[in-house]
Amino acid sequence: MVQILTPDGVIAPSAEAEPYLALVEGLDDATLETFYRDMVRSRRVDVVGANLQRQGQLALWVPSNGQEAAQVGSAHAARPQDHVFPAYREHVVGMIRGLDPVRIMALLRGATLGGWDPAETGNFHLYTLVLASQTLHATGYAMGLRFDGLVGTGDPETDTAVLVYFGDGSTSQGDANEALVFAASFETPEVFFIQNNHWAISVPVERQSRVPLSRRGHGFGMPGIRIDGNDVLASYAVTRTAMEQARGGEGPSLIEALTYRMGAHTTADDPTKYRPEGELESWIARDPISRYRTWLEGRGASAAFFEEALSDADDFAADVRRRTLELQAPSRPAIFEHVYAEPHPLMAQQADWLERYEAGFEGGAA
Amino acid sequence: MTRELQDRVDEVPPVVAPPAPPTGTPSEGRADASPAPSSDAPAGRDEASAAPDLLGVQSMPMGKAINAGLRKALADDPKVLLMGEDIGPLGGVFRVTEGLHAEFGDDRVIDSPLAESGIVGTAIGLAMRGYRPVLEIQFDGFVFPAFDQITTQLGRQNLRHDGRMPMPVVIRIPYGGHIGSIEHHQESPEAYFTHTPGLRVVSPSSPHDAYWMIQEAIASNDPVIFFEPKSRYWPKGPVDLDHAGIDLHASRVMRRGTDVTVVGHGAMVATLLQAADIAEQEGRSLEVVDLRSLSPIDYGPLVDSVQRTGRLVVAQEAQGFTSLGSEVAATIAERCFYSLEAPVLRVSSFDTPFPPAALEADFLPSPDRVLEAVDRALAY
Repeated sequence: MVQILTPDGVIAPSAEAEPYLALVEGLDDATLETFYRDMVRSRRVDVVGANLQRQGQLALWVPSNGQEAAQVGSAHAARPQDHVFPAYREHVVGMIRGLDPVRIMALLRGATLGGWDPAETGNFHLYTLVLASQTLHATGYAMGLRFDGLVGTGDPETDTAVLVYFGDGSTSQGDANEALVFAASFETPEVFFIQNNHWAISVPVERQSRVPLSRRGHGFGMPGIRIDGNDVLASYAVTRTAMEQARGGEGPSLIEALTYRMGAHTTADDPTKYRPEGELESWIARDPISRYRTWLEGRGASAAFFEEALSDADDFAADVRRRTLELQAPSRPAIFEHVYAEPHPLMAQQADWLERYEAGFEGGAA
Repeated sequence: MTRELQDRVDEVPPVVAPPAPPTGTPSEGRADASPAPSSDAPAGRDEASAAPDLLGVQSMPMGKAINAGLRKALADDPKVLLMGEDIGPLGGVFRVTEGLHAEFGDDRVIDSPLAESGIVGTAIGLAMRGYRPVLEIQFDGFVFPAFDQITTQLGRQNLRHDGRMPMPVVIRIPYGGHIGSIEHHQESPEAYFTHTPGLRVVSPSSPHDAYWMIQEAIASNDPVIFFEPKSRYWPKGPVDLDHAGIDLHASRVMRRGTDVTVVGHGAMVATLLQAADIAEQEGRSLEVVDLRSLSPIDYGPLVDSVQRTGRLVVAQEAQGFTSLGSEVAATIAERCFYSLEAPVLRVSSFDTPFPPAALEADFLPSPDRVLEAVDRALAY
């Protein structure tokens, strides 16, 4: 397992981490601080999302607390031209790519089925709720990049790769396995990033796999690397290396980030029913944010920095909350608009019927 | 739109080969003996040899017509690519893509891994990248591993992206019986797809329509499920290479008649034309309508026909329960209530899995089964 930063907040690289240390040493203070700010923001937005759901303002919230390091590190490893295909828990990845998290709230509030255009959100694609479906979309996109000659040119502004997120549960889906087959076969510029958060709703990862998920990569003919997913430095360095190899034409790879979903699967779930006693506590001891803070403190970050980061996260989350409450329901024609890209007689007829039906009620009441 | 389509139907005479008997093993030997187009073929044909810009009318089987349509689409648009199982050097199990790999290369005519969900799922990503993938599912019964990607992903991407992510993906599926093949090789699953919003579903019945409809499907910015009636791959028919005739989603009157309207699609159209020939010998006049487009359905010509004949028989190879034919019957009952002299009757296969091929003649609607329903309609 690649681990650079231990749960105690000390740099003590594992043997597997050696090839990545130079990348970490090259990170400047501003970048290191950005990692921290993003993780704290993510956790604050999580609190806002959970509260909004409890207050009846969201149908559902999908918590990501505990997985901040896996997400923030990997997200910063992608270049602006890269494409990112999330599952549905990668809120902070979207934020790093330029997505306004209110768009995620709109999705979970029942105001839209999608909510954003990847062309306007740093190539951060839509959430996909059918598990592992996005792994195939990502692979097809990466095939297209290859056909378009945007791989291995040597120009860092041109070469492009795809980063796709999925979870330990999704690895059992046929689509994930087919995506790995296609990716290996067509040598796509792609990184498969598994967040192994140990639980697929209530089912432990042992039901998905008896061997480390990283080994799946070898079986499909690509590198498979297991990392400490609660170590933001390992997440960044390993993903960045894999993305650079992908852009350079060296083909796809698979990363398994060992992390833990500290909260529920969604707000509809009760993890106390299935988790063994003490498990959560053992992972709280490996919290990704507190270990990183300890390390930053050790290398001289000021108390003012941490205060400012928290206050920034609070303001950011409060603003997300305020704007979520201002979200408007879509108008009735949205049912029909865009189901087809080109005119379709049923859409026109049914939209017209609904309009007249509703108008009839208003007329009758007058 | 419907009225406009109706007008155009009348401008373009049906281009259809006389039906081959729906029996025996398919082979080149089943090619129609009279490949010349009907005498009322569109104007311009006679000038074709003199005018180099016109290609004229050629006789060819449907399989070759689709091949020609795919070749033209590949040549016209570098973003068009083909993907499927065994479609490369082999040319597909029905040889529909024969020669295209040699002509357009590995990146345009792609032999995929053997995984249908992978084929459709990666095509969605390719479409996001600006490609226009044309996929081949090898047989009707093998589409279901891809059903999830088609219904939960492909048909919804444009909606989920607020209209900013059109999905110009065509999925070609050879379908239907009459070829004496084994389980999962002779099915008619079109209702699963017509039931799914966001998809367009079409099925040509003649080489001419196949040549044009495949190109129109590729040009569509919506996903199109393109059902190819595999028993019709081999009979030849005239293809007007210069004039499409009618819109992809227009239905078409194939034969005028006065007593009963019969409607179907795909291979069933040949059965209906045979039934009309037999009926004529018995002094009954059937009007034959080819739906061509199964979603959306162009009801104009059908409504017009039923208003004249007062009777409708809907025929399909698919099982009847909760079927496309049921939808057509219900719609015509609503729209033509005052014109109908008899209930709309349905002729389908049975609500069982497709039986062993030795029993397929008992399972699939024949001209006689259509005529039995015609008799019942006329008895009211």
